[in-house]
Amino acid sequence: MRSLLHFLTRIYFLLLFLLLEIFCLILIVNFNNYQKIVFTNSTNHFIGNIYKKSSTFYSVFNLKKINSDLAEENTRLRNKLEKTKVPNDTDSISADSAKYFFIASKVISNSVNQRNNHITLDKGIKDGIKEGMGIISPNGVVGIITNVSDHFSMGPTVINMKWKVSARIKKNNYFGSLSWDGKDYRYALLNEIPIHVKLNIGDTIVTSSYSSVFPEGYLIGKIESFNHKEGHNFYNIKIRLSTNFMTLRHVNIIKNFYYKELENLHRNRE
Amino acid sequence: MKIFLKYLFIWITVVLCQVLLCNHIQLYGYITPYIYIFFILLLPFKTSKHLVLLLGFLLGLSIDIFSNTPGIHASATTFIAFLRPSVIKILFNRETTDKSDLPPVSSMGISWFTKYTVIMVLIHHLFLFYIEAFNFTNFFFTLSRCLFSAVFSIILIIISQLLFFNEQQK
Repeated sequence: MRSLLHFLTRIYFLLLFLLLEIFCLILIVNFNNYQKIVFTNSTNHFIGNIYKKSSTFYSVFNLKKINSDLAEENTRLRNKLEKTKVPNDTDSISADSAKYFFIASKVISNSVNQRNNHITLDKGIKDGIKEGMGIISPNGVVGIITNVSDHFSMGPTVINMKWKVSARIKKNNYFGSLSWDGKDYRYALLNEIPIHVKLNIGDTIVTSSYSSVFPEGYLIGKIESFNHKEGHNFYNIKIRLSTNFMTLRHVNIIKNFYYKELENLHRNRE
Repeated sequence: MKIFLKYLFIWITVVLCQVLLCNHIQLYGYITPYIYIFFILLLPFKTSKHLVLLLGFLLGLSIDIFSNTPGIHASATTFIAFLRPSVIKILFNRETTDKSDLPPVSSMGISWFTKYTVIMVLIHHLFLFYIEAFNFTNFFFTLSRCLFSAVFSIILIIISQLLFFNEQQK
């Protein structure tokens, strides 16, 4: 007890200092608007990330249950599918532009310097976000949502080596798949364009109508350069992406009202 | 009592100088001198460090009340008041000891005092400007603001200290 008191008197000066500083910090954060905003934002981000981490951690334990639930749901849906005839009326899908609903969202975390880059958004299940929804920015395609938590969602962006998006050349409708080579976040590659197609530098690349995620004809980028190797049937096309992933702040999440229908349709075809 | 009144007078002068004059100076839009820490520099060596800490806190708080920034100046002045004993200890040469209740400039001479001022002002300004910015996104912009303001503050403090010093001589 005595040594504790001795210790306390020795660090009394430091304690007094820390006490005063903490008091100052409380004052700063409570009475200055700017600092308050910075403080609450960073704490929210921090807490949000903790929640996200813990939810991914805990979801591992639920995997068994989720798996069985999904299996049940699958069989139930399959049964339903068997019973109902899926209408093969594609016109109603492509013609109607009101089939998309956009949800504005803020980017809370985004990477450009990894091999597989992901984006995290501040909208989650509570805002109606589901897995499989597309993400676009005003300038072009951004990515797709693969993970959703209550308040956050995340997914790969175009600059992710594991993710591809169906794209076409706007002027002649030849389509291929857009992928990323893991090098420069400003450029991506367009594959599977046969060499008899006439290309020009600067041709616009847009999303194809084969994607059920993005609206058809949404901007992706422009052709920066192209070449083809001897003996290959396809071009190597380098695309300059119209989205600047470095400065991305606000994006829209696309809800396709017919997404499920289309997916069902595709599953049905398989 | 006399010494108390003297320092109270200095306190009021310094705070008024800061809030009425220096807070309105904005050279090139972003250089503002903060001369009020002059008061902490001026306290006699023999002042108890706990007292310096409390005085620093109160000084910062009074500036904050006037300039509508609760806590920002108070945290910075508390910080330099906390570091003051260590800075003095580092700057002291061998046999000079703290017998006097005179302010540092009178007992130590101007060149020592300049060193002391530069160190204290730099610490104070760095702390103050980064607390004010509250993040490191514009790190170098904040740093340049801080350094330019610090140069300005140091010049002002030394000039005022010299005036004060001369008065004492008379």
